[in-house]
Amino acid sequence: MPEEKKVVRKKIAAAADLNNFMRDYYLELDAAAQKGAPKIAWCTSVGPAEILRAFGFQVYFPETHSAMLGATRMATEFIPEANAIGYSPDICSYLTADIGAFLKGVTPLEKAFNIKSVPKPDVLVFNTNQCRDVQDWFNWYGEKFDAPVLGVHTYRGVSEVTEKHIYSIAKQLEALVPPLEKITGRKFKLDDLKRAVALSRECSELWKKILDTASAKPAPLTFFDGTTLMGPAVVGRGTQKAVDVYKILLAELEDRIKKGEGAIENEKFRIYWDGMPVWGRLSTHSQLFAALNANVLASTYCNSWIFSALDPQDPFNSMARAYTELFIVRADEAKETYIKNMLAFFKVDGIIYHDAKTCPNNSNCRYGMPQRLEKQTGIPSLTINGDLNDLRMISDEQTKTNVEAFIEQLQERRHA
Amino acid sequence: MLNTAPLYVGADVGASRTKVAILDASKTLVGYAVLKSGTDFTATARQCLMQSLQMAGALESAVANAVSTGYGRHNVDFARDSRTEIGCHGGGCYHYFPVAISIIDIGGQDNKVIKLDEAGRRISFKMNRKCAAGTGAFLEEMSARLDIPLEGMNDLAAQSTDMVKLGSFCTVFSATEVLENIRHGKKIEDIVKGVFFSVIRRVLEMDSLSQNVVMTGGVVAHNPHLVQMMEELIGRPIRVPEKPQLTGAIGAALYAMNAADERD
Repeated sequence: MPEEKKVVRKKIAAAADLNNFMRDYYLELDAAAQKGAPKIAWCTSVGPAEILRAFGFQVYFPETHSAMLGATRMATEFIPEANAIGYSPDICSYLTADIGAFLKGVTPLEKAFNIKSVPKPDVLVFNTNQCRDVQDWFNWYGEKFDAPVLGVHTYRGVSEVTEKHIYSIAKQLEALVPPLEKITGRKFKLDDLKRAVALSRECSELWKKILDTASAKPAPLTFFDGTTLMGPAVVGRGTQKAVDVYKILLAELEDRIKKGEGAIENEKFRIYWDGMPVWGRLSTHSQLFAALNANVLASTYCNSWIFSALDPQDPFNSMARAYTELFIVRADEAKETYIKNMLAFFKVDGIIYHDAKTCPNNSNCRYGMPQRLEKQTGIPSLTINGDLNDLRMISDEQTKTNVEAFIEQLQERRHA
Repeated sequence: MLNTAPLYVGADVGASRTKVAILDASKTLVGYAVLKSGTDFTATARQCLMQSLQMAGALESAVANAVSTGYGRHNVDFARDSRTEIGCHGGGCYHYFPVAISIIDIGGQDNKVIKLDEAGRRISFKMNRKCAAGTGAFLEEMSARLDIPLEGMNDLAAQSTDMVKLGSFCTVFSATEVLENIRHGKKIEDIVKGVFFSVIRRVLEMDSLSQNVVMTGGVVAHNPHLVQMMEELIGRPIRVPEKPQLTGAIGAALYAMNAADERD
């Protein structure tokens, strides 16, 4: 009988340090929530965290919480709760899972860190650079907690980032200062912002170096590793602790490269992942690809927390640039150039597009991009249908057959 | 007299039907069987093997190699290796039509559009999304709603003179549309043709087609009128292998033969 191959992957030792980082981060947040100090700001994952750090807030990121709901496969149970109060099953399943879990009084933080609930916000700050859903999400909680909601409204489909874009976004960022001063009762200090931006930039550069290690053959890490290793880049940017923990991780990955140690056994195919991860299937997908000697080693998603434009000498303008240069904000033309560069840098054999049912902004396969890129690069692609959090949108068997057939295709192509 | 030549077996365990094909060394189909997959894939595959061997006049000891494919490919106890149904349908079709082709396979629970180049290399493939619309399961549901036997749908569709168009993507909503049309006195044969048309539309949405088109799968095997409708819609003839339900199994048997050759 043809057996389904089981794979045992060598663990990244620094993952334990990163887990400790995440534990400490949530415990500090919880302690602040219990004591009422320092004040707590909720922030979108590519929102203006640096400004919030400059004001001394503990910063909480609901998207990371919802990703935890997904990764622990709790999300699907709670999505219907949000649907029932008017949030459609077709909108962001981060939003619906998170609000649904809140309505039921459940959080994955309890099992992980013995934390009973998400921290009550003193302010919620969003940037719509990812999507409009974050605004609706934060507004719902703002009303629930009777807390102010502030926001930056981004441009969309930006081809080339111009001074006009920067000016407008920088002004919106500056406009956050007076209300935040009022909420904290603290005067804004430019030096504090410069410090936070400098730390954020350092974190971002380390994260880039970490992800870039996957350009080595064999690659020392996978996209699936990256989705959990990215925690500090999201929740810790602007802090020294995130910088410190990433230095440990980078050293380990560089050591793996020196020793020629790959993240998977016998890497034969190098795959690029575009779109969101399927949080509830990280392990399944990691196993599926590894068993086929295929390493999904680079992604648009993990690279979205690289903010190379950040400049402590010009904090507002550089934040405006960094948060507008993001892949998700850009026009298809810019996105295609970005992906082509990634394919060349990581020496990729094939692309997987994840068409996430509830995340149109992160599903780049809906307007002919796979066909255009394949024509230009000759690199074949596969689209899999799924979702970031809603497991009702997934057919595991379809995914498996599609992926296996795709790797067969790459193999045939190589032998031709 | 027993067939003792080295034989190559392909077993295609689909969600609906299990198909086994046996090829001899000259790639001639010498035995085959098709059974409902049921719930015990291993037993059904073996039963198919036994029937196929009987047809081939051979004992199991004559089998030089066996490869499985389909959803139940990991449940075939006599297979030494497995391949995806995408690869096997491609190989099976190219065996009969060795030119650049687009293959449309309509199965019990999934559809595929596979494109091969003139050398038989796969260029691309698409499977239906997680929805039964346009598959054999859709026809089964509609036959139940219309209270007609599944095997009678082809003849009914062929009698239609005024096809009823169904608008919905969704199998359940399509069933509602069917009931609405019955209520409005539409003829059954016109509704059935509309059901076939819906299947064709779902398939054509999946991908563009190259010049040479081949159709395979159980739905095609039992409903030649559907092929005729597709030909009319795309404006060119479609090639159908002699046993369209067996192409996946034949492709698997060809893989078995190639693997055995590589071993030798």
